[in-house]
Formats: sequence, structure tokens, C-alpha cells
Amino acid sequence: MADGQSTRLDEIIADHIGREGPLLPILHAVQATFGFISEDARRQIAEALNLTRAEVHGVVSFYHDFKPAPAERPVLKLCRAEACKARGVEALVADAQATADGRVEIETIYCLGLCSVGPNAMIGKSVHARLDGPKLNALIRELA
Amino acid sequence: MVTVRISDDALAIACGADDVAAAFERAGHVVERVSSWGMQWLEPLVEVDGIGFGPAAPADAQAILDGGADAICIGPIAAHPFIATQQRLTFARAGKTRPLSLDDYRATGGWLGLARAREIGPDATIEDVLASGLRGRGGAGFPTGIKWRTVAGARADQKYIVCNADEGDSATFADRMLMEGDPYCLIEGMAIAGFAVGATRGYIYVRSEYPHAIAKLDAAIRASADIVAPFVLEVREGAGAYVCGEETSLLNSLEGKRGEVRAKPPIPALEGLFGRPTIVNNVLSLAAVPYILAEGPKAYADYGMGRSRGTMPIQLAGNIRHGGLYETAFGISLGKLVNEIGGGTDSGRPVKGVQVGGPLGAYLHPDQFDIPFDYEAYSAVDALIGHGGITVFDDTADMAGMARFAMEFCAAESCGKCTPCRIGSIRGRELIERILARAPRSRDTVETLPQIHNAPTAPRALEDEIQLLEDLCETMKFGSLCALGGFTPYPVMSALKHWPEDFGVARVRAVETV
Repeated sequence: MADGQSTRLDEIIADHIGREGPLLPILHAVQATFGFISEDARRQIAEALNLTRAEVHGVVSFYHDFKPAPAERPVLKLCRAEACKARGVEALVADAQATADGRVEIETIYCLGLCSVGPNAMIGKSVHARLDGPKLNALIRELA
Repeated sequence: MVTVRISDDALAIACGADDVAAAFERAGHVVERVSSWGMQWLEPLVEVDGIGFGPAAPADAQAILDGGADAICIGPIAAHPFIATQQRLTFARAGKTRPLSLDDYRATGGWLGLARAREIGPDATIEDVLASGLRGRGGAGFPTGIKWRTVAGARADQKYIVCNADEGDSATFADRMLMEGDPYCLIEGMAIAGFAVGATRGYIYVRSEYPHAIAKLDAAIRASADIVAPFVLEVREGAGAYVCGEETSLLNSLEGKRGEVRAKPPIPALEGLFGRPTIVNNVLSLAAVPYILAEGPKAYADYGMGRSRGTMPIQLAGNIRHGGLYETAFGISLGKLVNEIGGGTDSGRPVKGVQVGGPLGAYLHPDQFDIPFDYEAYSAVDALIGHGGITVFDDTADMAGMARFAMEFCAAESCGKCTPCRIGSIRGRELIERILARAPRSRDTVETLPQIHNAPTAPRALEDEIQLLEDLCETMKFGSLCALGGFTPYPVMSALKHWPEDFGVARVRAVETV
């Protein structure tokens, strides 16, 4: 890991280490800052929190939000839970994948809590509702 | 210049409320961003002098101001049948106040519950919660007051109040609406809980899919810190694991561990967060408390039926015409909720079935629509009300596909701690796929060995596969550590029972008992 990154990581750890149960807040901050949680970062966090690398790895790999490698493409999170299925999200998937054509990653998530106005998607922290084929494809094209 | 009120709820924003608000601001008007009324099919809903317009687009702004937008005018919002027929106790402020305004909160009865709790003391506070009959709104329905009394009676150097805001069930959004629309109500409820049991620290565990709720809570906690002191609150963000909505895996997650379920006992009330006595309550349970304290337990308990007292914020979702938040006393029939209040399906097609209680809840057939909304009535028919979410499906739905999805979802979200859930869900999905493909599994090598004298050697028949699915569901139901593996059989078996034709099965015999 480059020295600059390691320093930034030290700052993140210092920000949170005084809290009760600091590991998840640290991992969230690392994920938000670097876009993923590298092997080196895991080692450094483990050392700082007096945990084993296996313990930190176990936590990182447990949660869907923490990524072990940087995203290669922009990500659109598409809800495919029951309520969005009832509103027809499955019929949009094949076309959306074709539009994404490997340039956008369409990640399946379960529920954004907008269950009466689906199908719904999330890009970063912005949420989009009442999607149909054209609207979803337009979102994907914007990202690509 | 007029004052225009538009919600800043995540759902309204996802439907374009920010653009609508900007259009009114450009025209020189004051836009107040308020909480959502919960009439979600009308979002973005614009309110001018109590009159509602929705769903509004930015281009409608001028017509609304000129009094010409008749096509989207719904008349006085408070008198709309969807609102006027509700009994809103927990959501009394929905649509009416600015979420982060302390003035609005105080002007609408805010902090009265906390003040009364401090006046009558911890023991009487717990007695009030007990007397109200409030039961855990997260799904289990455990009496809230008993949980509180247990924590109050435990001795420890530190106790915790943990709010379970990991609202992962599809079709549920009441927690999100409350956190975004009335965050001080939740904070007040937690402060009352802290005062009642002697806990000075509280955590709100919010799922990461709710960034708007997290931002609102952070701001509200900062603004109200002095009012709830010495109680100290903090928001913790989940990380995309559905199972963390289970209370013990939530506690592990808060501690910075994998969100694996803990075996009980010990119960969290005695050994919870960091091994200390901990109240883990759902958002809606805690948010019901300020009303109970301010108005007295009887006022709350007067609503409801049987052992289900008070009101339930019911969430109408999926393929439904009038989706949204409908808070009403327990006892309302499912048919009334779906057909009268919800207006049937959004697609206009007949209702095929509804799932009540999220991904772990049973699918109910329209034949069962007279069932009253009540914890006991639902468990009597092997269903659950859970967190009060209702997903409506029209007749194009493939219920066998939904059963397979239930297993798939369980496999994706299982924490892996117990075998029935971790392995059972995967075998369940494979089994349903084989049933649908009409491809029963042939006997494997071991089964056909001459040493295995009593194993059948013929390939399994379709009936055998169905029987196996039933057995598997039985094992998951009684052998899983938590509700994820334990309740996944509900959607699977109810789909098989009510819609066997979707599985290509004429009629199912044995499942009649399930």
C-alpha cells in the first residue's frame, strides 16, 4: 500500500478506535474512501484493533457492502425482492443487462423500502423509483 | 407568494420530489419540506393550503398555483378517505411537520411522554408500557413491557437500548418513514426506555440502504442531545446483511463481528450488547412509547382486538393501486386492506395472492381475506403479520417461482451458523427446481451399492420430491436457530398449498396439515 494511503488509513482508524465496537465504522469509512478494502488495509486494521487478520477478513467477507477489490465498472443496484417482483422487475432484467453490456455492473439487492412504487434502483446514495424499461435503460446508459 | 409543502421522504425524492420543489422555488415561493403523508401512489404530493395535488411533475407547478391543476387535485388531504379512515397514533405527525424542526415537534406534543416518564419514575413508566399491551412490532410480538422489566431488574455497570432499524423485509417501509419523517419521536421513545431501565447509551442500527434515514437521524440526535441527556445516542450503519435484522446477529454486528446469530439463552435482556443487559426493540415499538406515556396506557390499549392491542402501521406494497402507510387498530380484515383501502392491484388484474410479513411470511389466498389483522389469528393459519408489510401479486405471478425465490433469498442471506438454514435453503432451491423441471433426482452411487440393503433403487417420483420438500421445510422450521431459516418454510409451503398448479402438481395431500 502506498504511504499516502496507509497514512489516510491510520487517520480513519484513529477517528473511530475510541468508539465501542469500532470495526464496522472503520470498514465503512475505508470502503467509502478507497472504494474497497484491500488485503493491506485489513492487515493494518487488524493490527490496530488487536484482532487477527482472519477475524477482520471474516467480517469483511460477511457483509455484502464491503468489497475485497475495487469495482471495475460503475454499479447500479437493482431491487429484486418480492414487492419489486410483484411490480414486474424481472421482466426488465434481461434488457437491462443487454444495455449494460459489461460497462455497468447491475448488482442485485433486496429492498430499498420504496415497495409501493417499484421497480426501484439505487446508484450511490440516490434512489430511483417507478422504473420501466426505458427509464432503467436510461439510468444505465448515463452511468456507462 | 404561497407556502408549498412537499415531502422530503426518500420515496418522494425517488419519485422526483426535489425537482418539483425546485420548480416552486424558481417561481419564488417558499417550499417547506415536510414528512410524507404516506399516500405513496400520489408522490410527489404537493400541498397548498391543505389541498393536495399528486402525483405532481415540475411542469404542473404553475397550474397548481393558478388553481388549474384539476386533474391531479385530490382536495383537502386530511379529509382524503385513505387518511381520514386511519387511526394514527405513532404516525400522528406524518405529513404535518418538518422532520428536523424541534419547534414543530414540541408544538405537536413532542417530549410530553419523556416529561411524564421523568415525573412518574422508572417503575411506573414500565408499568404503563406493560398496561398498554404493546408488543414488539418487529415481528415476534413479544410484550415490550416484559422485556423492559427484565432489563430493569438486571444489575450491571452499563445497560444499552438498541433500536433495530434494519428493516430488510420487502414490503416494509414504516421504520424508514418514521426515521425520516419523525426522528425525534424515535429518539424520545429510546430516551424513555433508557430512563425506565437505567440505560445511558443507545444505538440505532440502520441498514445502509437507508442513507436518507441515517442523515436525518444523525442531525436529529445532534439537535436533541441536551433534551435527552444524560442518555447518549448514536447511529450505526449496517452493511447489507439481511440477517442483521435478527436481534442477536444485530448485536454481533454492533460489536464489530460477523452478523452471526447467537444461540439463546442467554437472552439479550440479560446478556446483550458487549454482554450487558440490553433492550432490543424495533423502531415502531419504541416510537409507540411517547404516545403511551403522554396519553396513558389505556388510550393506547383501547384500540385493537384480543391480545393485539393498539395500532399497527400497515404497509401496503407490491402490485397495489393505493400503496402506502395505513396505521389502524388491530382487527382489520386483509380483504378490506387489499381491496377497499388498497384499491386492488395496480395492474387492474385480479389479485392472485398476498404475502404478509415480508420474505418470511406466508402467501395468503383471496379465500382467506376475512382474516383479521391480529398476531394470534395469523399464527392460527400458519402465517405471520411480521412487521406489517403486505405485498400484493396479480394473476400473472408465478407462485412456484416465488417459493423458489424464498429459498434462494434464504441461501443468499443465511449467516451460516446453523445447518438447516445454511444447507437446507440451497437444497430447497434445488428441490423446487427439480420439481418444476419434472426431473426427479435419480439414486446416487452410494444408494445403489449392494451394501445399502434398504435404500430404494428406483429414481424418485414427483410425489417423493414433494414429500422431501415438506420434510425439509419441517426440518428448517424446527431446527433453525432464528427466524430466517425457521420461517422460510412459510412462503414455500403456503405457495405449494394454495397454488399447487403453479408447481405442476394436481393437488397436494400432506400439506393440508401445514
